[in-house]
Amino acid sequence: MVSSEQKKRARNIGYGYIGLAVITLSVFSRRPGNASFKLTEGGFLLTLPARQFAFIFGIVFIGLGAAQLLRGLGKVSNIVLALAMAMFVMSFLSWATSGESFSLVGMLQDTVSRSVPITLGALAGILCERSGVINIAIEGMLLAGAFTGAVGASLTNLWIGTLVAMLTGVFLAWILAIFSIRYRVDQVIVGFAINFFALGITSFLTFRVLATNPDYNYLVPVMPISLPLLSKIPFIGQILFVQTIFVYFSFVSVALLTWALYRTRWGLRTRAAGEYPKAAGTLGVDVIKLRYRNLMAAGAIAGIGGAWWPIGTVGRFDQNITGGRGFIALAAVIFGRWHPVGAFSGALVFALAEAVRLKIGNFDTGIPSEFLQMAPYLVTLIVVAGFIGASRAPKAAGQPYDEQ
Amino acid sequence: MKDLIKSLRYTFLALVASLLVGALIIVITDIDALKTGDFGKAFSTVFAAYRNLFEGSFWGLRSISNTITATTPLLLSGLAVSVAFKAGLFNIGATGQMLAGGMVALWVGFVMTGPGWLQIPLALIAGAIGGALFGGIAGVLKARTGAHEVITTIMLNSIAGLMVLWLLATKTFQREGRPDPISKLIADEAHLPRIFGFMDGRSDLSAHFGFFVAILMTYLYWYLLKRTTLGFELRATGLNSEAAKYAGMKTKSLVVYAMLFAGGFAGLAGATEVLGTYGYASGSFAGDIGFDAIAVSLLGRSTPIGTLVSAVLFGALQAGGRSMQANTNVGVDLITVLRALIVMFVAAPLLVKAMFRVKSQVSAQEQTFRGWGG
Repeated sequence: MVSSEQKKRARNIGYGYIGLAVITLSVFSRRPGNASFKLTEGGFLLTLPARQFAFIFGIVFIGLGAAQLLRGLGKVSNIVLALAMAMFVMSFLSWATSGESFSLVGMLQDTVSRSVPITLGALAGILCERSGVINIAIEGMLLAGAFTGAVGASLTNLWIGTLVAMLTGVFLAWILAIFSIRYRVDQVIVGFAINFFALGITSFLTFRVLATNPDYNYLVPVMPISLPLLSKIPFIGQILFVQTIFVYFSFVSVALLTWALYRTRWGLRTRAAGEYPKAAGTLGVDVIKLRYRNLMAAGAIAGIGGAWWPIGTVGRFDQNITGGRGFIALAAVIFGRWHPVGAFSGALVFALAEAVRLKIGNFDTGIPSEFLQMAPYLVTLIVVAGFIGASRAPKAAGQPYDEQ
Repeated sequence: MKDLIKSLRYTFLALVASLLVGALIIVITDIDALKTGDFGKAFSTVFAAYRNLFEGSFWGLRSISNTITATTPLLLSGLAVSVAFKAGLFNIGATGQMLAGGMVALWVGFVMTGPGWLQIPLALIAGAIGGALFGGIAGVLKARTGAHEVITTIMLNSIAGLMVLWLLATKTFQREGRPDPISKLIADEAHLPRIFGFMDGRSDLSAHFGFFVAILMTYLYWYLLKRTTLGFELRATGLNSEAAKYAGMKTKSLVVYAMLFAGGFAGLAGATEVLGTYGYASGSFAGDIGFDAIAVSLLGRSTPIGTLVSAVLFGALQAGGRSMQANTNVGVDLITVLRALIVMFVAAPLLVKAMFRVKSQVSAQEQTFRGWGG
């Protein structure tokens, strides 16, 4: 059965391909010259003639669009869509860099690294919302984790710093749990109050304590670890397996949470608590206890995500260092339809947008850099509006649970 | 009325509770006092900080003027979040809508020449329309494709921010001889009149007529919700979208209307900031107001009067906080902590009652936001 919703989506994707073709052929084919991409750290160059490249991709997009509109690509359409987006990004980059050289591997490495806090934040969101509690407080948990992680690691060592960050996340999650589960306060309100509290207290302490005690905020972050064998895979190995321990932690977390949610008894109960807590309660699941535990676990994950800033990258805490990444994580949760793998791909998309934005300012393309920096956000809008569409949240998320 | 007094009393108790916790925070973060054991000094810091907080927000004309100036954009953008909440939407995009409205108002403000009685209303209306159209994008996307407003408004905020930076560097907007993104000054006639303008020689009283615009909009919001069919339908959609649909309401258009109103309010917030507070625009004229507005709306439970009261409270804290930072060694960020605590305590009446041993029934709370919809 093909529902009208699916048909509409297939049609939208078809139009989307035609749109990509138009952009590629009309804009990206304008600039002659070669774009050089560094594919390895050593400097192996992939040189692409920007113009010819754009023509080829444009024609491929037209073909895909026609196929999608005429008969639909059926089961493979998602994979084809992902590939097409990758092709589009490539031709965008080769257009923007033509005549210069550019470290593709560096940018993608950066993307994967930047996806860590968004991924971990999104996993925290999924864990809460799958069990029926809206977690707006991801931003606050990341920020507070970053702060205590920085101070903890500066005063002791990186492991303890990460542990302290984790416990900070757990503490904030516990507050969220007490207020939303026991006192049955509106979950969005508590969550937002936690965000405000975290922003206020960390900024306040940054100026009141850290500014006068610089040794509380000074540490040497972790170094990337090359995984044996895996890091030797050409291209991919550099991007995925020469990373800090935070990145590996986020990979493992995504896999583990996916497995746990869909393959274990705990996962079934969690999803039941999020969809239909009354039924779960009737069958003997202790919904309240389950929600408490899941929230605290989520806090732990988000706290580690926060520790990524001081311990995984910059080596210090700055005021509002998370800069709204917690909300991006929330967007990733919705983008990924409350599925860990989906949220992870959302996080990668947003992280790529960030990495591209930081890189793109250096290129002279004749188009104001603000518009180039805007492109990733516009693409996200188009992807969400055209291809993803409405996503269904866990039914009970946001509703307090009565045990009766 | 009785409800109002009751809720004001709880807000007051929550305020006291927050100030107590805030005092505790000031004391335990006084590293010097902790090292020397001189807690007397720490307590006098608390006293000085809170005295400045109060004097800077309400004591004297200048403080009141500062509070009004800070309240104006908070109230307008708070309404932008509230009206969306009422329709079941979570508008994180007040910042972007403010930027859009502010830039349109700015443009009218310096392009036109004419008498103030014509130019000011035109600039304000233009700002409202600009904000409304920008907010409407998220509404249309939600209605037509189901794209979630949390994602779209966050993306639109970033887009608006970059758009403003680009505009401010164009010939039309950029001030002559300036390398940085900063706009021309608006025409003198386009300036919103200062409330205390009748007092000679008091240029330090910055409060402007934008405040009255904000009050008027609060009334409009109340009228919309309570006296119009559209408002009824918006509330019905917010409470139960499915039921509203079966009752024959066009829930999809309602989503668009809600976002148009939200954008309009936020657009006015941007417009009054540009036309009243600054007289020009920089890249960051919207600041964190769109974010604070969410707290304002949550604290006020999205009702017109609630949003008004909490905007005044937040505005007062902001004005007082600046004075506190200027005169003591307690930073203005304590305000954000206090705001969070107030929101938390107000939302949890059980906790406040336990703290102050108040005995009375607590009525069940209405939820601001019913899940993520879908």
